[in-house]
Amino acid sequence: MRAAMAPSSDLDLLSVTKKFGSHSAVDDVSFSVTQGDFFSILGPSGCGKTTLMRMIAGFEHPTSGDIRIRGKSMVGVPANRRPVNMVFQSLALFPMMNVGENVAYGLTCRGVGKAEAEQRANRMLERVGLKGFAERRVTALSGGQRQRVAIARCLVLEPTLVLLDEPLGALDLKLREHMKIELKQLQSTFNTTFVYITHDQSEALVMSDRIAVMNQGRFEQVGSPRELYHHPATPFVASFVGETNRWTGEGTGGTRIRLASGGEVQGVELSHAKSVVCFVRPEAIALSSSEESLSSLPNRFAGRVSAVLFDGANSSLLVEAPGFEQPLRAVLPQAGPLAGIEVGAPVHIGWTADAMRVFAA
Amino acid sequence: MSKAPLVWKLYIAAFYIFLFAPLLVVAIFAFNASAFPSPPWKGGTLEWFIGSGAVFGKPGVLMDPIWLTSIGNSLKVAVPVAVLAVLLGTINAWVLERAEFRGKTIVAMMMLWPLVIPGVILGISILAFFSRVANGLEELLQTDLDPLRPGLPLVVLGQLSFILTIATLIIAARLRKFDRSLEEAALDLGASRSRVLRTVTLPFLRPALVGAGLVALLMSFENFNTTLMLVGSDPPLPITMYGQMREGATPAINAVSLLLMLGVGGIASLFALTSKAQS
Amino acid sequence: MMPARKLALFLLLAPAVLWLGLLILLPHVEILILSFSERVGPRVYAFGLGNYLEFFTEPLYWRTFARTAVMSILVTALTLVLAFPIALYIARVAQGRLKAMLLLLCLLPFWVSELVRTLGWMMLLRETGLISYLLQRVGLASQPVEMLYNDGAVILGLVYGGLLFMIVPLANALESLEPSVVEAGYDLGGSRWTVLRRIVIPHATPGIVAGSIIVFMLTVGNFATPVLLGGKNGLWFTEQIYAQFITRFNWPQGAAFGMLLLVLSSVIVWLGLRLSGQSLGTTLRQA
Repeated sequence: MRAAMAPSSDLDLLSVTKKFGSHSAVDDVSFSVTQGDFFSILGPSGCGKTTLMRMIAGFEHPTSGDIRIRGKSMVGVPANRRPVNMVFQSLALFPMMNVGENVAYGLTCRGVGKAEAEQRANRMLERVGLKGFAERRVTALSGGQRQRVAIARCLVLEPTLVLLDEPLGALDLKLREHMKIELKQLQSTFNTTFVYITHDQSEALVMSDRIAVMNQGRFEQVGSPRELYHHPATPFVASFVGETNRWTGEGTGGTRIRLASGGEVQGVELSHAKSVVCFVRPEAIALSSSEESLSSLPNRFAGRVSAVLFDGANSSLLVEAPGFEQPLRAVLPQAGPLAGIEVGAPVHIGWTADAMRVFAA
Repeated sequence: MSKAPLVWKLYIAAFYIFLFAPLLVVAIFAFNASAFPSPPWKGGTLEWFIGSGAVFGKPGVLMDPIWLTSIGNSLKVAVPVAVLAVLLGTINAWVLERAEFRGKTIVAMMMLWPLVIPGVILGISILAFFSRVANGLEELLQTDLDPLRPGLPLVVLGQLSFILTIATLIIAARLRKFDRSLEEAALDLGASRSRVLRTVTLPFLRPALVGAGLVALLMSFENFNTTLMLVGSDPPLPITMYGQMREGATPAINAVSLLLMLGVGGIASLFALTSKAQS
Repeated sequence: MMPARKLALFLLLAPAVLWLGLLILLPHVEILILSFSERVGPRVYAFGLGNYLEFFTEPLYWRTFARTAVMSILVTALTLVLAFPIALYIARVAQGRLKAMLLLLCLLPFWVSELVRTLGWMMLLRETGLISYLLQRVGLASQPVEMLYNDGAVILGLVYGGLLFMIVPLANALESLEPSVVEAGYDLGGSRWTVLRRIVIPHATPGIVAGSIIVFMLTVGNFATPVLLGGKNGLWFTEQIYAQFITRFNWPQGAAFGMLLLVLSSVIVWLGLRLSGQSLGTTLRQA
């Protein structure tokens, strides 16, 4: 029976809970990761994602629930017997060994002979672009090279699952951007399942096939990067993933919402809730110098530019408009007619009803 | 920096002369061809190191059974002290840095204690306590318990009582710097607990273990106060030196001192090298 | 899981418990008890304060005790005064290689046995020693000069032995003083002396306390230096303890002396900490 319905998922968590005293660090979390996926767990620090990952690796034990890898329960299996390998936040390369010995370490633990282990380590180093580095000291490597050694050390063991605990955190910005792409490519060439935890939404969005957004020990939403971005299921996801404008207000019973700051905006769904939060992405806000060109939009406001945030292709404007407490943020296309707009200039802004996400607060 | 006033610089110079004068005198007169360790200078000789006694009536250090047995006794004490200090110091360091239990701060404070007790008092208290234990046990068992009476085994215990604190502190300082995720990484890669200890943790601690061992060796070799109270009929080197200094000695004592200085210099530079490797 | 953990903790703690229990705690309890026992007959002892009474009624004992205390304080103060300019130079004036070199040269003699250092001083100071010989050769003395076996020689030897333990904590404390703070002191119109007194010395207080406590404890507990350099005039309290224990075999009396020495060093250390407002923990860390 069981063999016939061999699970297609590499990792299943079933109602996993972890309590430290009375505090639930991880609270009833369930999810599956399919073979070959790049799966990210995204959340602010302290949300329980590290505890979750340490339970999968075997360094913590769930208070209740089950962790299965390829269908086999891992409860009671110690860390050194799990088909899971981890890339640590600090990378944890062994400073007393050279690069080759680091990569061969897991193989020798398994009883692979010294010569063969060395050979396989060298092959792996070659595949991650570190050919000829075996004799180097790990302290003599650059940040990116250390990263690759840490990953090679895991991949050489051909694990079912590689766990990555914010491994890019220590790198500088430029290298981090580069490593994002490299990591994604490595994952797809090896076709190994990666579970990646991070608090950086851009890392998660760029690399992942699927993302779980975690907050206060629970999963808020699991979905593809596009789903999370365009269809956030909760206010937390809407504000944590991507840039957004956020207002609080109250429902009118219809599709209109009266904002706490006095303005009124138009959504799609009927809202009766006494208090609501609404979100609009900066790129969903249209800018124009004339009111007529926005006349088709149900939400239209006249305002004044309070700041120009120039950042190349990511440039945006802050616009003060009557009825809004905070300036609104709108993307400023650098190819458009308003590219040269200055602070203080009058501007018209508007957005469609379905660009706005409304949640009961 | 030539801004410092001249007086200050002169003072510094005088200070270093003051610091090294006694040591230089000891070293130089080890080579004096005279029966007494005092001026005038009567020409150089190696008689006080390797002489058979034909020239001055007394043999040199390396030919004199008194000095040789003393050095032997010192080694018989220093080696066990160093080995035990490293072994037990590692376990103590583990208690300080890794274990969690109630009353840990008290244990940690007590481990520092031996440093603030005068060595003479450590000596007499251990002497008195072990004599009582020996008296009690001998009555009970009807046998002699010589190791608990003054002698080399008791000297080992007496020296260990405070050298263990120092070894513990050296090893604990290194263990504190250890990144625990290295152990987790090794476990994660499939190593057993004992393999983690053998391949990751102990190699990391090694400079501190070597350093603690060398310091323990040195402190044991040179300890006088505690040893004096616990020594039996086999005097270690400092006790013999003390006796000879009271009675008036031949320049052989200078020779032995010079050898000691060279040995200490060697060990100290080894220690400096290992602590450099630590940082 | 739990029993295994308990067992592991127990095994880890065993060496520490055995060490502190058998080599420190119980032996001290033993001399405490011993100090309160009086000999009332051959091999018969009873509880009593006799050993302490003996200490107060026999002038040699309490005078030696007081002398040891006073001279140790004097030695500590002298060591501090002599070491301060050296530590200040090493910490704030010397740079790079010179600094490392000066510190290393400071450390070196103290790795050498106390007895070797004392031997050096004996060879310099005694009647037939080098200084006496040189004085006669240049004509400043017409006969051998004995500089050994007096208080001066004892103090010299003890100060010499204490210097390193003063210089290192002092230099560490002075090292951590921001140069800009000193510059600000001058900038605001302070003289060399005011800056030293109002800024540098207060900053170095933890180091001064740590160094002084260590030097005091080493001095009070010293044995070889006062005995060898002072001879009959050495009169150090540790010598009395040794005499009672080893020469006269009067252990209860020796134990009482030991307790008194322990109380003396604890009280002086406590007073030093109180007067300077420092705590023992931070002080030991400084050292």
